[in-house]
Amino acid sequence: MVVSERRLSIPNKPITGILLAIPAYFVGIWLGTLFGLKDDQNTGVILGYLFATVAFLAGVGFLNYPLERLFGWRVTPITDPDENRGIGRFFRLSLDHKVIGIQYLVTILVMLLFGGIGAMLIRTSLLVPNATITPPGNYISLIGLHAVMMIFITSAVIVGPFGNYLVPLMIGARRMAFPRLEALSFWVVPPAAVILAAATFWGGFPTGWTGYPPLSEQAGQGMNSYIVGFALIAVALVSSGVNMLATIIGLRAPGMTWTRLPMFVWGIFTTSILGLLAAPVLAAALIMLSMDRTLNTSFFLAPKGGSNYLWENLFWFFGHPEVYIFILPAFGIIMEIVPHFARKPLWGYRTGVVGLFGVALLSWFVWQHHLFVSGIAPVLRPFYMLSTELISIPTGIIFLVTLGTLWRARVWFTVPMLFCLGFLFNFLIGGISGVYLSDVPTDVTLHGSYFSMAHFHYTIMGGEIFALMAAAYYWLPKMTGKMLSPTLGRIHFWWMFLAFNSTFFPLFIVGLLNMPRRVSSYDPALVGLNRWVTISAYFLFGSMVLFAGNLIYSWFFVARPALANPWQARSLEWQVPTPVPARNFDRVPLIVGGPYDYGIPNARPVADLGGMVGATGGG
Amino acid sequence: MGVFRIEAADRPHLVRLLIIWIVLSAIGILAVLQLNYPPYDQSIQGQDQSRTLALLTALAAPVFIGIVLMILYSAIFFRRRSAELVDGPPMLGNTPIQIAWVVISAVLVLFLAVFGIATLSSENVAQLVGAPGRTIGGGQTGGGTTGEADKEIHIQVIAQQWYFTYRYADYGGVETTHLYLPVNHPVELHMTSLDIIHSFWAYQLGVKADANPGVDNIFHVTPQKTGSFQVRCAELCGLWHGHMADSDGQVLSQSDFDTWIAQQQKDFETITKAVPSYAPYYFPLPLTKGS
Repeated sequence: MVVSERRLSIPNKPITGILLAIPAYFVGIWLGTLFGLKDDQNTGVILGYLFATVAFLAGVGFLNYPLERLFGWRVTPITDPDENRGIGRFFRLSLDHKVIGIQYLVTILVMLLFGGIGAMLIRTSLLVPNATITPPGNYISLIGLHAVMMIFITSAVIVGPFGNYLVPLMIGARRMAFPRLEALSFWVVPPAAVILAAATFWGGFPTGWTGYPPLSEQAGQGMNSYIVGFALIAVALVSSGVNMLATIIGLRAPGMTWTRLPMFVWGIFTTSILGLLAAPVLAAALIMLSMDRTLNTSFFLAPKGGSNYLWENLFWFFGHPEVYIFILPAFGIIMEIVPHFARKPLWGYRTGVVGLFGVALLSWFVWQHHLFVSGIAPVLRPFYMLSTELISIPTGIIFLVTLGTLWRARVWFTVPMLFCLGFLFNFLIGGISGVYLSDVPTDVTLHGSYFSMAHFHYTIMGGEIFALMAAAYYWLPKMTGKMLSPTLGRIHFWWMFLAFNSTFFPLFIVGLLNMPRRVSSYDPALVGLNRWVTISAYFLFGSMVLFAGNLIYSWFFVARPALANPWQARSLEWQVPTPVPARNFDRVPLIVGGPYDYGIPNARPVADLGGMVGATGGG
Repeated sequence: MGVFRIEAADRPHLVRLLIIWIVLSAIGILAVLQLNYPPYDQSIQGQDQSRTLALLTALAAPVFIGIVLMILYSAIFFRRRSAELVDGPPMLGNTPIQIAWVVISAVLVLFLAVFGIATLSSENVAQLVGAPGRTIGGGQTGGGTTGEADKEIHIQVIAQQWYFTYRYADYGGVETTHLYLPVNHPVELHMTSLDIIHSFWAYQLGVKADANPGVDNIFHVTPQKTGSFQVRCAELCGLWHGHMADSDGQVLSQSDFDTWIAQQQKDFETITKAVPSYAPYYFPLPLTKGS
C-alpha cells in the first residue's frame, strides 16, 4: 500500500513535546478568548493546559501507535526493549517497566524537593505569629502548592517507581499487561507538576488541596492549575490501576498462586482497585468545577440552586480512598520487608491479605467523617463514626502480622528494617490520633485544627514516606545496581526519625491549643511551640538532603556494583541478575515455593529459573 | 485455655512483656488522666468534649504502650546475635491469637463508637445533631418542639470574608460584631454564610460548625461559666483567613446580658431597620448576579 510508506520522521523526545506544547498552549488561550463566555481568562487557560498536555504527549510519541493503526502512517517505532539500551532510554518514551520505574523515581524525587522547599517556606513564615515574613496571599498560595504537590507525589511515590519496576519481577512476568498505559501513567505526571507550578504565575490558588467551592470559583486563574493538574493525576491513577490489576491478574508466572503472591504485590493490587474506582469521581468533580468556572453552570453555587455540599461529598468520596491509595502500598512494603530481615515466614499471610482488603473495602464508607461539622446529614454521623473506627480493625491486623513476624525472630538490623520499625511507631501515633478525629464530640474541637494536620502528616509522612525510605534502601540495589551507604543510611534514619517526631508531635498540642490549619497569623501565645516546630522542620529537611546525597553518591560515584541478592532474600525479584536483563527472565520462571519460607525444613527455592544465573537463594 | 497453647519458648517472653505492659499501662493511664484537656469547662458541650478526650487518651495509652513495647522488645531481644545469617523458627501464624486480636480490637472500637454515640445523643449534646429547636423568623426549618427548647436563645452567626456578625433573632434581629451570651442558658446557634464556606470556631465553648452559603447549620451550646472566649474561622476562606478572629466573645451573667442586649437594640436601631428581615440564610446581590 502506498499510504503505509508515508513516514513521519519526527524524533520522539521530550524536547519535541515541549516544542509542540508551547504553541498549543497559546492556541488554547486564543480559542478561550475567542469563545469564552466570561471575560476572565479561565476558559483559555484551561484549554491551553489541556492542549499543551496533549501536544506534549504527542511529541513524546503517544500518538505514533494510534496513527499507525488508524491511517497506516509509519512513524518512528518505539524501540524494542532488547535494543533499547544506553542512558538515552531514560529520556524518551519507553515501554520497559524498568525504565519507567527509574523515570518515575527521579521525577518524583525532584517533585519532592519542590514540595519540601514549600514546606520549609511555610514553616519559615510561621516563625512569627503575625504574617510579617510572608504576606497572607503568598502564604495561602504556598500551602496550596505544597499540599497539592505533595498529594501528586504521595499518590504515585510507591506505585510509580517501585510498583512499576518490581511487580513484573515479583510475579515472574517479562512485561506489564498494558505497557502504553503504564508509560502514560508516568508521562502525565511531569505535565501535571509543571501545570501546578504554573499557578505561581497566576498568583497561586487559595483553596489548599481540598478546593472547596465557592472559594475555588471565586479564585483567580491559578485555580485552573489545580483543576487540570489534579485531573492529570486522576488519569495517572486510572491508567496505572488498570495496568497493575491486569498485570497481576493475568501475567503471573505458572505456579505463582494467589497465596504465593508477595505482600508488596498485594499492596499494589488493593491500592490499584482504589485508584481505578476513586479517581473517576475526582475527575467528574473537577469537570463540574471547571464548567462552573467557565460555562456558568452552577453545580456548586447555592444562589443558583447548586450546593457546595455536592463538591464536599464528591471530593471526599474520592479523597478518603485516596489516603488509603497512599498507605496500602506502604503496608505492603512493611509486610514484605520485615519477613526477609526477621528471617521468618510472614506470620499470618492470609490474615495480612484480609487486612489489606478490609482497609480497601471500608475506605469507601467513611468519607463523611471529614464533614462532621459541615452540617450535611447530621443523623448519619453515628454511622460514619462507627465505620471510621472499624478501620482500626484491619489496620490492627497489619500491626499484628508484622509484630508476629518479629516474634522470636533473628532480626537482621539493616537500614530498611530500621525504617520499617520507624513506620510502625509513627503510624501507630497517626492511627491512634485518627480515632480522636473519628469521634464526633472530640472532632468538634479537633476538626480543621493543627491536630488533624499533625494526624495526616504522621500517617502520610511518618507512614508512607518512611515506608518509601525502607523500600528505597531495600530495592534500589536492584534498581540502580548500587548499594546505598548503610552508614549514611543509619545516620539518615535516626536523624529523620527524631526530626520527624520533633516536628509533628508538638503540632498535636498546637492544635489542641486553638490553632486552626492554614492560617498565616496565629495566637502569639503559641509562638514558642511554633518556632520549635520550625527549627525541627529544618532538621527534617536536612535529613532528606542527606538521603538525596546518599542516593546520588551511591548511584553515580560508587564504582562497585551491588550484589544480585545483597540481602540473601528468597523472593523472586532477587533471583534475577543485577542489572536486570532487558526481558527480566530468560524464560518464564516456574514458581515452586513461597517468598517467605525461611527456616522451613526442606523448603524449595522460590522458582525454577531455567539455568538463569541466579543469586544465592535464602532458605 | 485449651486453644491458647503457649509454647515453652514463648513463656518467659510473654510473662516479662505482660508484667512490663501492665505496670507501664497503669502508670500511663494515671499520667494521662492528670492532664487537663481542652476545651475545658466553659460550656456543658465543651466539658463533654474534654471528658471524651481524656477517656480516649486513657484508652489509647495501653494500646500505644503495648505496641511500642512489642516493637522495642523485638528490637532488643530478637535481634540476630551470630555473625552469619540464621533463620528464625518457621511460625506461620496462630489462628486463635489472630481471632483474639480482632475480637479485642472490635470490642474496643465498638465501645468507643457506642460511647461516642451516647455522648452525641445525651441530654446536653442532643441537639448537636442539628435538630432545630423551633422555627424562627418565619423560615420553616423543620419539626419544632415545645417546652424546654423554647427557652433557647436563637442567635444567627453570619460569616463573610473575613468576619463574623451575630444576629439576635429573639431581640428584634439586632446585629452585633461580638458574640455575647448569657450564662446557664441554652443557646441555639444558626450558622450561615454570605459568600463562601467558613467555619465558626468558639474554642473555649467547644463550638465548631461550618457556615455554608444557603444553609442554616445549627449548633446548640449551653455556657456554664462567665468569662471571655475566642472566636476563629476554621475553614480556609481566602486571603485574610488567618485574621478572621475575635478574642472578645463573652459569657455574661443573665442581668449583664439583659442590660447589654437592651443597649445594643437601642444603639443599632437604625441599622437593624436597614438590614433584611431575619431569615435562615441570605443571598446578597453580587452572588446572585451569576451571568
